[in-house]
Amino acid sequence: MAASETSKETILRYAFGNVLSFFILVLIGVLAFSIRLFSVIKYESVIHEFDPYFNYRVTQYLTKNGIYDFWNWFDDRTWYPLGRVIGGTVYPGLTLTAGTIWWLLSSLNIPLSVETVCVFTAPIFSAFASWATYLLTKEVKGAGAGLMAAALLAMVPSYISRSVAGSYDNEAVAIFALIFTFYLYIKTLNTGSLFYATLNAIAYFYMVCSWGGYTFIINLIPMHVLLCIVTVMTSEHFASFLVFIIIHVVALVYYIKGILSPKMFKVAVTFVVSIGVVVCGAVLAVLIALVASSPTKGWSGRSLSLLDPTYASKYIPIIASVSEHQPPTWPSYFMDINVLAFLVPAGIIACFSPLSDASSFVILYIVTSVYFSGVMVRLMLVLAPAACIMSGIALSAAFDVFTRSIKFQLPGATENSERDAGETSSNSVVAQNDVAKTEKNEDAVKERPSKKNRKKEKEKENVEKPSVKSQIKKKLLILPLEASIIAIFLLVLLGAFYVVHCVWAAAEAYSAPSIVLTSHSQDGLHVFDDFREAYAWLSHNTEVDDKVASWWDYGYQTTAMANRTVIVDNNTWNNTHIATVGTAMSSPEKAAWEIFNSLDVKYVLVVFGGLVGYPSDDINKFLWMVRIGGGVFPHIKEPDYLRDGQYRIDSQATPTMLNCLMYKLSYYRFVETDGKAFDRVRRTEIGKKYFKLTHFEEVFTTHHWMVRIYKLKPPKNRIRGRAKKSKSKASSTTGTKRIGTKKKNPWH
Amino acid sequence: MGLRFDLLLFTIALLSVPVLSDLILSRVDRRIDLTSQVVRTTSTLKVENAGSDLVSEVLLAFPDSQAKHLAYLSASSTEGKGKAKGSAVSFPVEIVHPKGMPPALTFYSVSLPKGLGKGDSLTLDVLVVFKGALQPFPEKITQADIQLVVFYETAYYLSPYAVKVQSLSVKLPDARIESFTKIENTKIHGSEIKYGPYENLPPFSYSPIVVHFEANQPFAIAQELVREIEISHWGNVQVTEHYNLVHGGAQSKGEFSRLDFQARPHVRGASAIRHLVAKLPPRVHSIYYRDEIGNISTSNLWGDHKKTEMVIEPRYPMFGGWRTAFTIGYSLPLQDFLFQSDGKRYVNISFGSPVNEVVIDTLIVKVVLPEGSADISVSAPFPVKQGQETKFSHLDLVGRPVVVLEKTNVVPEHNQHFQVYYKFSSLSMLTEPLMLISGFFFLFVTCIVYMHADLSISKSSPSYLAKLQWDEVQAAVQQVRNIINRCLMIHDKLEASLRDLSRTGDVQACKSARKAFDGLLKDLSKDLKPLLASLQTSPQAAQILPKVEELVGKERDLQERMMAKHSTVVDSYEKKSSGREIENRVALQQQKITALRQEVDDLLDLIDEI
Repeated sequence: MAASETSKETILRYAFGNVLSFFILVLIGVLAFSIRLFSVIKYESVIHEFDPYFNYRVTQYLTKNGIYDFWNWFDDRTWYPLGRVIGGTVYPGLTLTAGTIWWLLSSLNIPLSVETVCVFTAPIFSAFASWATYLLTKEVKGAGAGLMAAALLAMVPSYISRSVAGSYDNEAVAIFALIFTFYLYIKTLNTGSLFYATLNAIAYFYMVCSWGGYTFIINLIPMHVLLCIVTVMTSEHFASFLVFIIIHVVALVYYIKGILSPKMFKVAVTFVVSIGVVVCGAVLAVLIALVASSPTKGWSGRSLSLLDPTYASKYIPIIASVSEHQPPTWPSYFMDINVLAFLVPAGIIACFSPLSDASSFVILYIVTSVYFSGVMVRLMLVLAPAACIMSGIALSAAFDVFTRSIKFQLPGATENSERDAGETSSNSVVAQNDVAKTEKNEDAVKERPSKKNRKKEKEKENVEKPSVKSQIKKKLLILPLEASIIAIFLLVLLGAFYVVHCVWAAAEAYSAPSIVLTSHSQDGLHVFDDFREAYAWLSHNTEVDDKVASWWDYGYQTTAMANRTVIVDNNTWNNTHIATVGTAMSSPEKAAWEIFNSLDVKYVLVVFGGLVGYPSDDINKFLWMVRIGGGVFPHIKEPDYLRDGQYRIDSQATPTMLNCLMYKLSYYRFVETDGKAFDRVRRTEIGKKYFKLTHFEEVFTTHHWMVRIYKLKPPKNRIRGRAKKSKSKASSTTGTKRIGTKKKNPWH
Repeated sequence: MGLRFDLLLFTIALLSVPVLSDLILSRVDRRIDLTSQVVRTTSTLKVENAGSDLVSEVLLAFPDSQAKHLAYLSASSTEGKGKAKGSAVSFPVEIVHPKGMPPALTFYSVSLPKGLGKGDSLTLDVLVVFKGALQPFPEKITQADIQLVVFYETAYYLSPYAVKVQSLSVKLPDARIESFTKIENTKIHGSEIKYGPYENLPPFSYSPIVVHFEANQPFAIAQELVREIEISHWGNVQVTEHYNLVHGGAQSKGEFSRLDFQARPHVRGASAIRHLVAKLPPRVHSIYYRDEIGNISTSNLWGDHKKTEMVIEPRYPMFGGWRTAFTIGYSLPLQDFLFQSDGKRYVNISFGSPVNEVVIDTLIVKVVLPEGSADISVSAPFPVKQGQETKFSHLDLVGRPVVVLEKTNVVPEHNQHFQVYYKFSSLSMLTEPLMLISGFFFLFVTCIVYMHADLSISKSSPSYLAKLQWDEVQAAVQQVRNIINRCLMIHDKLEASLRDLSRTGDVQACKSARKAFDGLLKDLSKDLKPLLASLQTSPQAAQILPKVEELVGKERDLQERMMAKHSTVVDSYEKKSSGREIENRVALQQQKITALRQEVDDLLDLIDEI
């Protein structure tokens, strides 16, 4: 009787454990979703930043025109006059995902706008990602570690920074795809099941559709396979395959030997070997020639900068100009993965005892991602899941050790009590202790029985075994009671610190949509909505086919929000085109007018933060325009814009700087605001205060002057001027006139 | 000047047309209000029937150039005189085309239901609202210029009837008057120009006047306004208004300087639209103001129990010719707008825009009724174009009927209530919740079925059979393990009984315990046999079988040694041997037992891993 009771109790306990972990997972999903809603609550439900606007626009196109049109979409509203083949150059994963969600909802007659779907795609997929993390870690180290890792991932700041509501970017779904692909890979490895292998291929395909980071998987999985072969851990699989191949080769050789005479065989062997050597040599030579002939040695700039972190800053300014391509600083590690950085080493150690295929994979994952994150701050995102998994394993192992130590030293659950007749009661005490503790310490016991439970096997007195066994085996790991309690307390404190940090990061650091800015002053919240003001103005008060020139940062937003054709955008695929715009911005007014006019540009948009102190404005980005422009058009020289190697816009600035278009458009009539023309970003008075524009006219400036839009004056005026001049000087040609303007150009 | 000349010709043409009716206007007082972008003309006509027949209609004439701007016309009469004024009775007005009338005139006929007998007189109040009758002149201004508009009117009341006495006053905004036509009896008082009185003028008298004055009030024109009123019987009326706004004043030309606009807002950009005020009903909630790229943060809201006022500011100040588009939305409590009469429900809600400064070119009002509404009819206080649509929203199956009302040239005077009558059964409200409940119910049922069903495609495939067998083997092995574990437990108890013995020396108790355990062990070994047999027959167990057999063997060995030890100890006790002696005798056995126990444990672990 007692035995059956205990067995029932254990079944109940495991069922309870399953239900509990299910609910914990649901809660983790809710947490992952809701922690990302700060941006909606604090700001509004709106698409963030730059790239998401492009994705949003593509999704709109997809939902409006269907998948075939999307596939064949040639976008003539960007990269004017080149255009861009959107269907062939995007990663369609994100767009198709959101499009499918929208289609599904609208076919159920749930009226959600495409924008809403896009805004909430990222939080939904972060919930999925945390579940995928649970599955992956469970495969590696059991359910307890899985739950821990999922909870950590749900709120890791690095991932939050890319997946808050509104951050509708490829990474939003790609991180889920990445983790899920890894999970399926490990699952396939552990089970050898064809089913999971197929799923793995599909998940990998989805990942390739979604993000350029798939190269990480494509390299990591072969590396792991290689590692497995080298260490021959899965000897029964890989050795058999190797033997299989060798046997076939040998059989083939014997077969050929059999049908040929010994002499002929010798000839054949030499023939095959020599042919093989020649072919290999030829292929190698062609490859070397190909690689050597291309300037980047066959690598794309971004990949090269992965191998050599200093590469981009040396050779490709356009990659270096993006802040997320810079190497991270130490504080950014603390900011983005916080305490996980300290837990990762412990997790790695835990993975080595014992080392399995799965745990070797996650070790490989963390090692490579640590390297990549060190090269590019953007790849911190790949590190975050690995760090979460490792920390989850570490925390889970630590909790396991400490709680077990406590359990064996608690009165009532010691060996002595087991000698008493009432064994069932002591067992139930153990069981209750087990359940009463945090969910984390259930891991080791839970996973194995959960399988049995599903098979509805009748098991009797199973509890006896672990207790008996663990007494013998795990006595070695028991720590002093007080130390364990203090350690658990400290771990909980660490976790609490992490949670506080994550919530702060989600609420304060990463929720700003960057198109709406806010500042707190004495008289409350102040909203800077200048970007949308300008885009709305453009969209309603200019002709549909007008071309707007701006630095490439604002290209995606202009096409998406203002629906106007732009010259360059954030896709940065054509360096020359960007350099042309950069050159125009760094040229004097007339030369700039000519460049813009040749591009059919009607409006020029500049972002200016000098009035309200918005630091990421065009004047601060200006040196990149000079560099990128100068990279293609050598007459733009960076030193011309620097005074003694220093970039300045005050009275010490160079005449080239003070006469360039960007300076003029930014500071046009700025002096009249306060009489001194004090730039609040650069914290100085500007160099040239009073000037007039001859070829451009101000058509719109936003409320806080953050966006200023100028219109190119029609060429009519110029012709009249020329006519007058030609009247006075009958023989003057345009050539002499250009020289004349050039002479005039240098300031003073 | 050309226009004036045309008008003069037109006047001459008019004067040559004969009079058609016996009615005489004994007195006409007109007041024209030009202080806002809509022109409101209030005329008081004293109509006398000088003929002998009963007259049942009064004709109002407008030149076509004015008639195309006419947005609203109402004629009413107050009964009684002096202080004892009764309630106003309004008369139906319709457009007519009487014969023999001069061209280029549009006639409206006011029908008098009672008719006007011989010698009777009637005082008629006519309110005419013109939209777009003020023309900016010059048409293009810079930011620094003030906005000037011209207004054309006739100093004499244009009527098919003879007018005995008449006067006209034109009210202008408190600002500069650039010029106005001076004819006889013209006076100016501040911002009011007075023409008249003029006496005994024949029918179709016409004397064009032009007023050119400064008008800096915003010319906000909604080129299209779509109001969607969605009725939910769960207690909510959701109103969504999509505005497509343009500044209809003088076009802005040249630069827009934010600096000038911020430094001297009333000089540079005086005519710009800065904000609009929407007067919303009381108890309005969930208000939003946005456009297609997101929320517009420049709005302000306050209210009391009578009304709610929302100040909405476009994203940018709107200069002449500038456009913008935005959406405002708000929710209203249902009980304020939905009523019931004769078994029918009806919605009673205002037609026009809550923003009073806005005139509307095309207004489309859509009333979305709940799914399942039937027998729909509309009653509007003025003629509108009606249509029907279906809208699918929130899990609809057949869609919600939508009443579409369209009207062009809408001015604030059109802001009257209209009614939509329909029949709706309250039970239909439950459809969607029930659908949701059943949907989730079926989802869970499917889950349960899935968890319990065996979804293998082929029940006879080798892999499936192998899987079944493997499950059986696992079950058997598990049972074997359980039995072994219980055996081990009994061994522990035997040890315990020996310890008790050493403590108490109670040999009998120990023996009886031994007997009980013997029985238990026998039972267990009996249980073990069929399991082993089944394992031996199963091909799947080939891998695990040797280990299991080894385990069982070891355990049996252990069991025997345990028994032997137990017997030895009990014997020794019976022989009253000393403790040391017993220990010596048992020591060897004890060693073997410990070793065996270790092996058994290891085997258990091994099997567990397999």
